[in-house]
Amino acid sequence: MQVTSRKFKESAHEAMADEDLRAAMNRIRTAFTTARADAAAELPEFESLRDQAAEIKDHVLDNLDYYLEYFEQKVVAEGGHVHWCSTAEEARQAVLKICRDANARTVTKGKSMITEEIALNKFLASEGIEPIETDLGEYIIQLADEPPSHIIGPAVHKTREQVTDLFHEHHQQYGYQDREEDPEKLVGEARTVLRHKYVTADVGITGANFLIAETGSTVIVTNEGNGDLTQSLPKTHIVVASLEKIVPTLEDASTLMRVLARSATGQEMSVYTTFSTGPKRKDDIDGPENFHVVLLDGGRTEMLGTELQELLRCIRCGACMNHCPVYHAVGGHSYGWVYPGPIGAALNPQMVGIEEARHLPNASSFCGRCEEVCPVRIPLPKILRYWREKTFEQQIGPQPDRWAIEWWGFFAKRPWLYRQTTRLAARVLSMIAGDKGRIRSLPFAKGWTSVRDLPAPEGKTFMEQWKKHNREGR
Amino acid sequence: MTAREKILGRIRAQKKRGPLAGADADLLKQRIADHARNIVPERSRLPKAGQVDLFQTKMEGLGATTERVASAADIPARIRDYLSQKNLPTRIKVSPSEILTGLGWDTVPMIEVVVGAGTEEDMVGLSPAFAGIAETGTLMMLSGPETPSTVNFLPENHIAVLKVSDMVGAFEEAWDALRAAHGEALPRTVNLISGPSRTADIEQTLIMGAHGPKTLHVILVEDGT
Ligand code: SF4
Repeated sequence: MQVTSRKFKESAHEAMADEDLRAAMNRIRTAFTTARADAAAELPEFESLRDQAAEIKDHVLDNLDYYLEYFEQKVVAEGGHVHWCSTAEEARQAVLKICRDANARTVTKGKSMITEEIALNKFLASEGIEPIETDLGEYIIQLADEPPSHIIGPAVHKTREQVTDLFHEHHQQYGYQDREEDPEKLVGEARTVLRHKYVTADVGITGANFLIAETGSTVIVTNEGNGDLTQSLPKTHIVVASLEKIVPTLEDASTLMRVLARSATGQEMSVYTTFSTGPKRKDDIDGPENFHVVLLDGGRTEMLGTELQELLRCIRCGACMNHCPVYHAVGGHSYGWVYPGPIGAALNPQMVGIEEARHLPNASSFCGRCEEVCPVRIPLPKILRYWREKTFEQQIGPQPDRWAIEWWGFFAKRPWLYRQTTRLAARVLSMIAGDKGRIRSLPFAKGWTSVRDLPAPEGKTFMEQWKKHNREGR
Repeated sequence: MTAREKILGRIRAQKKRGPLAGADADLLKQRIADHARNIVPERSRLPKAGQVDLFQTKMEGLGATTERVASAADIPARIRDYLSQKNLPTRIKVSPSEILTGLGWDTVPMIEVVVGAGTEEDMVGLSPAFAGIAETGTLMMLSGPETPSTVNFLPENHIAVLKVSDMVGAFEEAWDALRAAHGEALPRTVNLISGPSRTADIEQTLIMGAHGPKTLHVILVEDGT
């Protein structure tokens, strides 16, 4: 997808003024967070399962080459094929080649963030192959020609009216003349339209939540059942997955399953968890004849053994964005690339370059909620701090920010001067604010004061109050 | 250099080591062969009767319906009643599995039994489950010549038959049962199904029956356990 992370500030401003988006973000903030908290409370072992989930992922990352080769050998033994792809372009070409061999004209797709990452739909369309998204949310944004705004709810930013308009525009060709507004009827329309597509598609493409070394299986998790129809009706099933999705055994996958849906939607299990191993067997009467796994690196192996390795534990549950005040405020599109929210802010600088994504590490209030809820305990704030330091070192932050940090550094190294200066500042600010204790407008702080007042210090610095408190406490 | 070599090479370079061999590799191989259990939730450790109760509670909480029958012979009549109660068509697609096709369907002549894989026009599908998992109210269904997985997904209404003797507490027990029945190689498809299909993609309003079945009914057969 087109990277627009560079425009984070502008996009965020527009997003904050968008009433529909506000309503959508409010639904996320309330529904997902409550559901997750309830699910976690229901399972006494939840916290220890999170520890174990993180351990399993660490173990895999330390031995990634071994498990990948083991997985490959199992897939091949079951009659499937593995295509190793270092870059997005290699992955696109691998998919294209399989589609060409299958004489494919249409391709149905289950939900897959990796195919978003490699911008597969645009590419296939440009090669004359029609990709059809089947997850309802993905289908909606495909009709709208927009990128996803959430990793598990790609169309969370869309209102019912917008879906009504989209379906009305695109479904007339199938005989739906009425403008339907009822969500149930809208879902029914999509169901009927897509049903026929599943049956007639030449190739089905899905992603994978897990790859299992022990059995050579790929695993998808859905609530709709679209992934199952996508992968069982066409003659060829292609799984597009990134290589860190691997786990050693079915037991390890079970541990991760126990934390995935609970963290994502607050369900104990998503409705359908499907393990696919090779193509259909000799006497099977349904299932695909060909099974391909397109295994993408896409910059991930470079993160191994670095400060960023822990990001590769991510199981893409979406909990960090569901709980992020910045995501709630700016929505998913502002992040400007496939992955939004805290995981996007931490990952995108690596994937699209820190120069392009330089604003993202600042899109955090460092409240720490993301780390608190992350099922695999990724220290997201720590990684955002790492990127902030990087942008400072490489001098790619905005010039005023860097001056500010340099100034602060100068004073911080001189405690006496620091205390005197802050004391003076506190008193001046207190005087400007007068009785109200709030400042309406302040040069150098327009980003804050143009939309809200700045609470003024009461005239004493933190250090002064601390000392006083300690004296009185004794 | 192939992409495969590049990727494996990068992993090793980043990890500052060569390919894992000897004792290191043996350890990992053994870890897979052992497939040791991690933490298994306490709630799954129940006697069989408790497992069945938990399964039913969980399944119903997910929007499915369940019922128990004393023997498999009761299934045709119960299905007739279920279809008429729900006002569903009487033509049903049945998995070509002896367990189901061998039932006395001639006792319910109003039901038209069509045996085979699922197709676009099927309104009701009937298939046998390999296991039930009480922990979360989940069915485990396997694909095979007698159990095409399309029967679980294409029809608008799905009825699954589960023998109480195939009920287990936790996922791990189901994997062991699967390994015992199938050896190391899994069938092409293993479906874990927890309730009927749903979506919340339009303004987070929950709607049942997005692409898979709108309804799921589980018939538990108390086969002398
Ligand atoms: S970083 Fe953690 S919380 Fe965020 S999507 Fe990944 S696993 Fe989920």
